[in-house]
Amino acid sequence: MSAAPATVRVVLPAHLRRLAAVTGEVPVEVAGEVTQSSVLDALEAAYPVLLGTIRDRRTGQRRAFVRFFACESDLSNEPPEATLPAAVTEGREPFLVVGAMAGG
Amino acid sequence: MSGVRVLVGTAKGGFILTSEAGREKWTVDGPHWGGWEVYHLAGSPADPDRLYASQSTGWFGQLIQRSDDGGKSWRPVGNDFAYDGEPGTHLWYDGTPRPFAFTRVWHLEPSPTDPDFVYAGVEDAALFRSTDGGESWSELPALRQHPTAPAWQPGAGGMCLHTLILDPRNQDRIFAAISAAGAFRSDDAGGSWTPINRGLQSEGIPDPNAEVGHCVHKIALHPERPDVLYMQKHWDVMRSDDAGANWREVSGDLPTDFGFAIDVHAHDPETVYVVPIKSDSEHFPPEGKLRVYRSRTGGEEWEPLTNGLPQADCYVNVLRDAMAVDSLDDCGIYFGTTGGQVYASTDGGDSWSTIVHDLPRVMSVEVQTLP
Repeated sequence: MSAAPATVRVVLPAHLRRLAAVTGEVPVEVAGEVTQSSVLDALEAAYPVLLGTIRDRRTGQRRAFVRFFACESDLSNEPPEATLPAAVTEGREPFLVVGAMAGG
Repeated sequence: MSGVRVLVGTAKGGFILTSEAGREKWTVDGPHWGGWEVYHLAGSPADPDRLYASQSTGWFGQLIQRSDDGGKSWRPVGNDFAYDGEPGTHLWYDGTPRPFAFTRVWHLEPSPTDPDFVYAGVEDAALFRSTDGGESWSELPALRQHPTAPAWQPGAGGMCLHTLILDPRNQDRIFAAISAAGAFRSDDAGGSWTPINRGLQSEGIPDPNAEVGHCVHKIALHPERPDVLYMQKHWDVMRSDDAGANWREVSGDLPTDFGFAIDVHAHDPETVYVVPIKSDSEHFPPEGKLRVYRSRTGGEEWEPLTNGLPQADCYVNVLRDAMAVDSLDDCGIYFGTTGGQVYASTDGGDSWSTIVHDLPRVMSVEVQTLP
C-alpha cells in the first residue's frame, strides 16, 4: 500500500504569485518521495505558467537567481532528488522559492 | 474613429499610450507585468487587437504575453524556446567558444497577414517562429547554423537578434541584424541566410571590412521601397539601395554618427530620423542637448530638430528599438529614452512634446495606427 500524498506548503515570490494568480501559500500534493524535484514537478503541473520560471525548461536546473529555503536553511544546492526535511513533508514548515537578492 | 496606440516596453513593465487621431490627449495604461523587463511589445498589422509582449527577468526567465483585445487583457502563452538540434558555439567576449544558450526575446515581429504568425529574435542570436499565436515556438535554425556563426561575438548588451524586418512586397524575404555579427538576409522565409555587410567598416575588429563581426544597431526601411535600407551602426549611419547587397555611409554632417535608433517617415522614403549619441562609451547626447536629426535627402544632409526637446543637461539614451512612426498625416514620430520620457511629434519632427516623462527606462516603442 502506498503512502498518502503529502501536502507541501509552497511559498512563491510575489512575481510568481501574480503570474500563477495565487495568493498566500500554495498547497501542493506530492505523491511518493518529497524532494525538490517532485515538489516542483507537482507545482508546475498545477500551474503550467510557472514552467521555465524556477527551473530551466531544458536542463531542469534551478535558475541562477532562484533559491530554495526551508526550516531556516538554504537548500538550493542540495541534490534535487534529496528528500526534503520532515517538517516540510509533514506540512509544519513551508518550502520557500525565493528570488535572490541581486539588485534590479 | 482612427487613433494611435503607442506600445512602450520598459525595464520595469509595459505601458500602452492611446490617443485619438489628433494625438493631443493621451491615456496611459500600465504598468503591465510591473517589475519585469519588457524588451518589446508589438501589434499584428493583420489585427490591431492582437498584441504580443516579451516579458523577462534575470530571476524568472522569459514569458510571452498575448492580448486579443488591444491590450485590455493579457495571458501568458508559450515560453519554450528550444534551439533546433545541437546549439553549437559562438565566441564569448574573451574569444573562447561558448555554447549558444537562450536568454531572452529581444524583438517580436508579427506577420503582416496572419495574426497568429509571429517571429521572435532572441539572445543568443536565433530566429524563432510561432504559427499558433505564440502558444508554441520553433526555431528556424539556418541563421544560427550559418557557417560564420562560430565566429560571432556578442555586443555589450549580449548576442542578440534585435532587428527583424519582413519585406512587405515579398513574404519570403526577411532582414535580420545581430549584435555584433551584422546584417543578414533570407530570400526563402528563413531557410537560408546571406550576410549583407559589404561596405560596412568597423574599427575594433581585426578586419574592418569583414564579412561578419559588425555591430549593427538597427535597420529601417520604408514599406513602399523595401530595397532601400537605412542602418544605424555602432558608429556610422549607412544606406543600401539594393536590399543590403552594398552599403554606403550617409552620416554626412551629423555631429556624431554613433547612435542606436533609426526610422523612416511614413510618407516619404527619403526622410530619415536618427538620435546621435556622443560615443560608444558616453551613451548620451552630445553637449547635453537631446536632438533628433532629420534628413530629407535619404542621408548625408541632416538638420537638428530641437523644438520641445531639452537643450541643456540632458544625458539620456535612446535605445535601438525605441523609435517608431505612425502613418497619420502629418506623420507622427515617437521615441522613448532611458530617462523614462516618451516624446511625440505630430508634425514630422518639427516640434516635440512628452506623452509621459517619468516611466522606467524605455527599452522599446512601437506604434499602431488604428483604423
